[in-house]
Amino acid sequence: MIDATELRYRWPGSREDCLDIERLQIERGRSVFLHGPSGSGKSTLLGLLAGVLLPRSGQVHLLGTDWAALSGARRDAFRADHVGYIFQQFNLLPYLSVLDNVLLPCRFSALRRQRADAAAGTARAGAQALLQQVGLGSALWARPAAQLSVGQQQRVAAARALLGRPELVIADEPTSALDAALRDSFMALLLKQCREAGSTLVFVSHDERLAAAFDETLALARINRAAVAEAA
Amino acid sequence: MKAILGIALRSAWSRRGTLALVLLSVALSSFLLLGVERLRQDVRENFAQSVSGTDLIVGARGGSLQLLLYAVFRVGGATNNVRLSSLEEIARHRAVAWMVPLSLGDSHRGFPVLATTPGYFEHFRWGDKQPLRLAEGRAFSGDLAGLYEVVLGAEVAAALGYRLGDKLTLSHGGGEMPGAEHADKPFTVIGILQRTGTPVDRTLHVSLQAMEAIHLDWVAGVPLPGQKISAEQARAADLTPKQVTAALIGLKNRAAVFSVQRAIADYEAEPLMAVLPGVALDELWDVVGAGERALLAMSALVAVVSLAGLVAVVLAGLNERRRELAVLRAVGAAPRHVLWMLAAEGALVTLLGVLAGTAAVAMATVLAAPTLQTRFGIGLRLAPPDATQWALLGAVLAAGFLASLVPGWQAYRLSLADGLSPRA
Repeated sequence: MIDATELRYRWPGSREDCLDIERLQIERGRSVFLHGPSGSGKSTLLGLLAGVLLPRSGQVHLLGTDWAALSGARRDAFRADHVGYIFQQFNLLPYLSVLDNVLLPCRFSALRRQRADAAAGTARAGAQALLQQVGLGSALWARPAAQLSVGQQQRVAAARALLGRPELVIADEPTSALDAALRDSFMALLLKQCREAGSTLVFVSHDERLAAAFDETLALARINRAAVAEAA
Repeated sequence: MKAILGIALRSAWSRRGTLALVLLSVALSSFLLLGVERLRQDVRENFAQSVSGTDLIVGARGGSLQLLLYAVFRVGGATNNVRLSSLEEIARHRAVAWMVPLSLGDSHRGFPVLATTPGYFEHFRWGDKQPLRLAEGRAFSGDLAGLYEVVLGAEVAAALGYRLGDKLTLSHGGGEMPGAEHADKPFTVIGILQRTGTPVDRTLHVSLQAMEAIHLDWVAGVPLPGQKISAEQARAADLTPKQVTAALIGLKNRAAVFSVQRAIADYEAEPLMAVLPGVALDELWDVVGAGERALLAMSALVAVVSLAGLVAVVLAGLNERRRELAVLRAVGAAPRHVLWMLAAEGALVTLLGVLAGTAAVAMATVLAAPTLQTRFGIGLRLAPPDATQWALLGAVLAAGFLASLVPGWQAYRLSLADGLSPRA
């Protein structure tokens, strides 16, 4: 599913690598908890996994495809087809309705539209079903996304990341803006939905208490040699 | 690109307040640009329409532009008069079909008075060789019985509310001197001309003999002291005019125009000149052209400023939109999508602005046309844009689109650099 080898990355203008990972492999369908303190390169690693950033050296393969081997436009299309992404917050376009926000990936990826169509008849029906499953009733669907609470917005983002069953769902601290009760229900929901969709989940957080629910736990500080070098 | 268009529209709509201001400034600049161009064209058209079918204008030797201005547009005055006998001799040239003498100088409440012969109504043409037509009444006959008769241009009658049978008196000169009224010899309105949209509308027409009659007891622009010649006594006097201001000449064959022009220039008894109206008009455009170009350049500058405003507004809002761009990237939009989204927004705002500006020009034309017609004698037409105006509108559109590529490009770079985690 994900196979990264000899991965090095440094931000433009920086003299030091911020990421240096010898090997990172994630099996298909697994849920992986990736934790590390702020500034340990979590977001950078996610950017590399999602093909938004390219490593300085080494390779990142997703589904057997080397991100670096694709042109910029192909990378965008490949990401649209195979990756769902959930941010910490502000996931939604405030001027679109809840339903249109969920349907966004289908605008850019024919593959995900086809899959959503195949699963539920129409992508719209698929989006509605997902919204139901994350506990957002039909009364909310036509509302502008900006009117929803933060917890509701994160659930919309989860529904969107799952629509059309992308092989990889990346969640970048999606619960950090939620209180404890909301956080737990969101976590349960996300894990369940990913399992049902057969999607691999890479979940990043600095909150280690969440790790228990996952198949695997990775400590970024342990696999990132650059961080070790810096700490020493 | 279709994927992003709907989003771009919704996104723009959510920022409609700011964009409406930009749209307004684009509308204003296209209004100016189009309005100035339209006015320029219509004024030219009006001027060109003012005289047709006249092959030569004859006057005392001087500037040809000046001759055109006072003979046709009643602007300015002649430095020298022309002897009527000279003109009559020229009229006997074998190539000349008709000659209409014109005598100017008096006015009525700011409107110029033209003294001429009945032949004026027969030979004068305007626009596309259209003759003068009477809306009411008849033309003056030129004989003694109808000596104090006046035919009004449409605008004179409308502005001053004259009807057939009304009496009016003429002022000496432009009416600037108090007491210089030909009050003892009132004229009767016997005809009102149809509107032409030319200086004819603003003119009062009397016969040459009437002009002589009202000046019998005047010398050098003032009434002779102690000498009064009543309106009736004047009928008995010799009213044959000696001098006039200019004359219009029509030829039997246009091909002879240059030989007649030369013959007039070579006339020995008096220094005369003849101008072709079209040539003199071209000279006029040369003079007016610099001002026109300056106006157009100003409008173009306004357009540039408003497009710079468009760029500034979109650029300023870009930082706040980095989240939006990152979300779009995360759901699969490519940086080029982002570029097109901003370019489309700019193009749309420009397009709407240009449309609004065009509509405003049409509205202003309808609203301002009556005033411009009465105050300045300029007839505005409500017409679809011509080639030049299309080109101007197209230029604004193209410039607007190009200008919105600037924020588009900036957004492209931002979303490449930010990836999925804007550092805003």
